[in-house]
Amino acid sequence: MAIEPLLTMRKICKDFPGVKALTDVNFTLRAGEIHALLGENGAGKSTLIKVLTGVEKLDDGQIELNGEGILAKNPKHAQALGISTVYQEVNLCANLSVAENIFIGREPKKNGLIDWKTINTRTKELLKKLNIDIDVSQILGQYSVAIQQMIAIARAIDIDAKVLILDEPTSSLDTTECEKLFAVMRQLRSEGIGIVFVTHFLDQVYAVSDRITILRNGQLVGEFLAEKLPKIELIGKMIGKDYDTLSQTIKNSNDDKNTDKKIFLRAEKASSIGNIEAFTLDIKKSEVLGLAGLLGSGRSETARVIFGADKLSTGEIVINGKKETLNRPLDAIKKGIAYCPEDRKTDGILGNLSIRENIILALQAKYGLFKFIGHKEQEEIADRYIKLLEIKTPSREQLIKNLSGGNQQKVILARWLATNPDLLILDEPTRGIDVGTKAEIQKLVVQLADEGMAVIFISSEMDEMIRCCSRMAVFSEKQKLGEIQGDEISEQEIMKMIAGGK
Amino acid sequence: MMNKLVKSRLFWPLIALIVLLLFNAIFTKNFFSIQIVDGHLYGNIIDILKNVAPLALLAIGMTMVIATGGIDISVGSVVAISGALACSIIDDRMKIFGNGLITALVIALISGIICGIWNGILVAKVKIQPVVATLILMTAGRGIAQLITKGKIVTINSAAMVNEYYFIGAGYLLGIPFAVFIVLIALIIVLIFVKRTAFGLFLESLGTNNRSSHLAGIKVDKLILITYVVSGFMAALAGILISSNIKGADCNNAGLFIELDAILAVAIGGNSLNGGRFSITSSIVGALVIQCLTTTVYALGVQPQIISLVKAIVIIAICLFQSNQFREAVFGCFNHSKKSKNLLSKKGAQIS
Repeated sequence: MAIEPLLTMRKICKDFPGVKALTDVNFTLRAGEIHALLGENGAGKSTLIKVLTGVEKLDDGQIELNGEGILAKNPKHAQALGISTVYQEVNLCANLSVAENIFIGREPKKNGLIDWKTINTRTKELLKKLNIDIDVSQILGQYSVAIQQMIAIARAIDIDAKVLILDEPTSSLDTTECEKLFAVMRQLRSEGIGIVFVTHFLDQVYAVSDRITILRNGQLVGEFLAEKLPKIELIGKMIGKDYDTLSQTIKNSNDDKNTDKKIFLRAEKASSIGNIEAFTLDIKKSEVLGLAGLLGSGRSETARVIFGADKLSTGEIVINGKKETLNRPLDAIKKGIAYCPEDRKTDGILGNLSIRENIILALQAKYGLFKFIGHKEQEEIADRYIKLLEIKTPSREQLIKNLSGGNQQKVILARWLATNPDLLILDEPTRGIDVGTKAEIQKLVVQLADEGMAVIFISSEMDEMIRCCSRMAVFSEKQKLGEIQGDEISEQEIMKMIAGGK
Repeated sequence: MMNKLVKSRLFWPLIALIVLLLFNAIFTKNFFSIQIVDGHLYGNIIDILKNVAPLALLAIGMTMVIATGGIDISVGSVVAISGALACSIIDDRMKIFGNGLITALVIALISGIICGIWNGILVAKVKIQPVVATLILMTAGRGIAQLITKGKIVTINSAAMVNEYYFIGAGYLLGIPFAVFIVLIALIIVLIFVKRTAFGLFLESLGTNNRSSHLAGIKVDKLILITYVVSGFMAALAGILISSNIKGADCNNAGLFIELDAILAVAIGGNSLNGGRFSITSSIVGALVIQCLTTTVYALGVQPQIISLVKAIVIIAICLFQSNQFREAVFGCFNHSKKSKNLLSKKGAQIS
């Protein structure tokens, strides 16, 4: 197939203070193809896209669209040139209607007034093209994230896009929603649009992509045809290591001694109205307990109840044999519980504060207002965890929002490890994180359990749950269905339980 | 070193202050001259320091409230309430309290604390938006003050403790206005509390993201309440200074619109009104800028009708110069690396 290149980026260079984000990167996109852009966190994917869409200034290199040199000054200019982007987080206004969202900033006018009729009918047509049939006059916020994502895409392509960039579009979608999105992507491909697909989910890459470009440390590793690159090789190229060694190191080592482990926390018929129905759960020391289930099944809600973030409606929490009332997170923290929340951005990081401050925060909260950790000690703690968790940053005073997702997650982990917890709850600790960091975190989880910590592990990725957990509680429809352990743990068994529970 | 200085929150407010002073050095006669009369220092500079005291106190409290992402627009009314109470007691109009100086001060300050608790509960517990929550006391407060003074302007010229009370706002200690000492002591105590305990860290944390802060174990509600109490207390202290200075309490005019100046001082100090990072010292410099500007405008003999306009223009200029984007637009590429960082932070994006 000799398709003319639609977009060519040549010898792209971009420096940030202290970091070479991109060095001589080439990227070619043909019309009518889905091109996956892959790499670990910090590999330069986002930077490449930002340079292309004018969010960041280009230091060196050329960009050609349809054979003509272009240089987008800002995202709006890029759009005018035919390059539209849909970001990881839906960039729409949840409080406006679907149609308003699609036409915001370029409303068709009649007699100087906004022509609502045209807006609504055109939106309807547009969405129909993508096989979405919804009431376009409804508020966007009431539709699922998947639909919102599609609407963002609809908006992007309606502005006459030739190149559509999807930056991590699937990170908040479930399997069926992903399928819908893929169908839309395939359709756009058939219409001749070039799609750049950035993701961390490798299965999805193979599900839709024609071609794959891999970046590592700001440099181009290569461009490959998807069908000719096996997954193992792909991972190897992304992390620059052999995948086999990775998968071995995270093997679970503490299966057998399950019976004689001491119970750290016991939730007895605990429930929280509207969040989770009554469940009984033992959490043992030196064990990784998985909470399995689909999104909204009650797995995160269970964690929140144990952490005191949601109030207990009935039942009780017993810690080390003593009944405890956990009214707020601080109560749980004082009892040795730590919680890395699911949504890192809204519930985890403190964007405008430094890495150091982000790390010591929970420990300081545990100590209270007046037992202030001195500046020197703060620095020592921060440096210790930056080293221990290999957080990639020029300095501990760097603002956390300037870090990549994986490194932000490590900082949050550091925050909780610094409190020296007996029970560590990890809710989706590896979401949106590259393969290498993922493996590191999984390894750490198992290692912490080996050292005697109780760990609760929640993840949407069955693989990593199965790899890390020695016992699993399965949830569905806000109910605990049952527990499995040891050799019983397998994807089929979990699926069977969830399917049977409905 | 230079770079660190430029990045400091204190840098631009200080530049604004220095420019204003330099302007005066050139255009205003005898602006910097300080005379000693009766062992007291006199002069424009001393006037600025003396007159800025109430505003500086308010700015201290306001900075902390704004750091939480809130705002307290009731401080002007609290100024009126506190002044009304203090003067009424000094003038022996509230028989149950007697007419003692200490009683007057304590009662006035307690009234500020109560106002702060009220605001704090509305914001932190009832979860009313801060502007609306404090608007309630802003409107009702002057009515309360009127009730205290029975609708009259209270003058204390004939009261027993009038001289002692007058000393607080207008007196001199070691040749320096006593009000300056009050501000310094308040500032030092607050700074110790902010920097030597975890209070400052917690405040910046919850101002940045209160959901994350709550999950990290910070008692968000309690801290927010404390900031409003501090703000109320500072407002009461400012009310004492203002009423002492004029030997009387005028419920309608005492501290009128001063809440806006206090917010402005915080803004000129380079603090974001969205909350998060804050610097109290910068806000104090902001208050000094405002007071210095007022004094300058009067010293220059600008017509009273257009004083507000002149002030507004200068303040717009100061605020513009604090913006990186504006400086870049005017002076070209001020600092390239800085620009990319700002863009990044603005988009909330990450290098990845």
